[in-house]
Amino acid sequence: MPRRAKSPESRNGNEEAPIVVKDLRKSFGEQTVLNGIDLTVARGETVAMLGRSGIGKSVFLKLVIGLQQPDSGSIHIHGQEIQDLELTKLNELRKKVGFLFQQAALYDSLTVEENVAFPLVRHAKLSPEERKDRVRALLASVGMEQDLEKMPSEISGGMQKRVGLARALALDPDILLFDEPTAGLDPITAGEIGKLISELQEDRKMTSVVVTHDVHGAKSFSDRMVLIHEGTIRVEGTFKDLQKSKDPFVVQFLREGS
Amino acid sequence: MLNLSLLIPASAFLVAWTLLGGWPAVRTNVPADPLTQFFEWFGEFGLFCWRMAKAALTPPYEGRELIRQMDNIGSKSLPLVALAGAAVGVVMSMQTRDSFARFGAKSLLSTVIVFSIIKETGPIITALVMSGRVGAGIGAELGSMRVTEQIDAMEASAVNPYKFLAATRIVACILMLPLLTLVADFGGVIMGWVASTLQEPISLRLFLENGFKQVQFNDFLAPTLKTAVFGFIIGAVACFQGMRTRGGTEGVGRSATSSVVLASLFVILADVVLVKFIIVFFP
Repeated sequence: MPRRAKSPESRNGNEEAPIVVKDLRKSFGEQTVLNGIDLTVARGETVAMLGRSGIGKSVFLKLVIGLQQPDSGSIHIHGQEIQDLELTKLNELRKKVGFLFQQAALYDSLTVEENVAFPLVRHAKLSPEERKDRVRALLASVGMEQDLEKMPSEISGGMQKRVGLARALALDPDILLFDEPTAGLDPITAGEIGKLISELQEDRKMTSVVVTHDVHGAKSFSDRMVLIHEGTIRVEGTFKDLQKSKDPFVVQFLREGS
Repeated sequence: MLNLSLLIPASAFLVAWTLLGGWPAVRTNVPADPLTQFFEWFGEFGLFCWRMAKAALTPPYEGRELIRQMDNIGSKSLPLVALAGAAVGVVMSMQTRDSFARFGAKSLLSTVIVFSIIKETGPIITALVMSGRVGAGIGAELGSMRVTEQIDAMEASAVNPYKFLAATRIVACILMLPLLTLVADFGGVIMGWVASTLQEPISLRLFLENGFKQVQFNDFLAPTLKTAVFGFIIGAVACFQGMRTRGGTEGVGRSATSSVVLASLFVILADVVLVKFIIVFFP
């Protein structure tokens, strides 16, 4: 069931939009990846970012959280331009942003429980018992409360994504960035991850950007879709808006992806 | 001294040229020439050391991780270092006995074994063994964390990877190398005595008395402490190579190899300078 898009006012007129990206450009050598991306994500909105593989969707997310530096343009998170921030302030901002990586990026040398506890140990003033309870609650919320002592290599890709999601939620962020949350998963597990994203959206009213090329999944969990091609946003809107587009690339992408 | 100052950069340049010339250009599609890559490497390494030092000196400190790394780097290397030291002691005893017998200087055998082990062989063998074991381990571990985005995940969690991953490993190397050198020295001297007494029986007490008769505190302290510099070199080079890994599993292998080769090379080159330094300042 496609979600309803936020009103244009809440996107464009709201100065306090948690994510505001303007004219973002990024190149690697002579290869231009992002060539002027403008995107505003309203509070509580879930935006799905679609596009072919290797066109810079993941780079976009890493730019948003300051893991890479843009060539030009600006990124504002909660009103703060992140390029100008010193590391201490950037880290304060990062605590409000959860990031689910494409391959979950769980720490190999730590158990499932320790992975989720990792940000809590460093940033949350909790007693060991409180921390343990919090970790168990987080893992229970993604259906992984049974595998606390397992190492990441002992659980499946879908389970790793769930644990990665629990870790991303550990510091109770108000923004979540998902990098290909359903890539490499079977349709049933992908559906379960998609359902989890929708539930998070319902329960926590978080602002999310989901990078994916799963059109079917994006239709169910996103308020709005943006389709990136050749470094720019080719089209944006609800799934129905995209369906109305006459752009040959958009038509082909939706046809092949559905 | 002039010869040394020419020899060291020239050797470093030749080997680094060979190594760096084979690496892919990671930041751009246009490959830089080897000379540029050579200077880029040193520039980036300097910046890395600066960022690492800043991260290491500012609170909060990662005490638990430091202890874990000290155990990993120090305790788990003990058997290897003891064995390497022991083997060197045996070889030295056998080789020097033959040479000294020809010159009628067999009475100096224990002194020579003890002197050469504590002043040079123990420290350098420890450093080279650790370059292999720890250098490859750190290079591969951090390289693998880089290509699987674990280091990015750490940064995204507002944890400084220079502090948590690099500084802890480098400080552990600095603290552990001198202690491991003592183990290598001990193994070398004891096994030097065993090999010696098997050829021509001599009591351990007499062997040690003869061996340490001429040894002063400076003969022992400065060469042992210089391994802290070797520890810094091994840790810093391996962490740097690991954290700048690109290109999947192939890149991880390349980082592990280059960590060992560069760390071993820089340890030997640093030894030339440090030996001269010790001779001048701790005669």
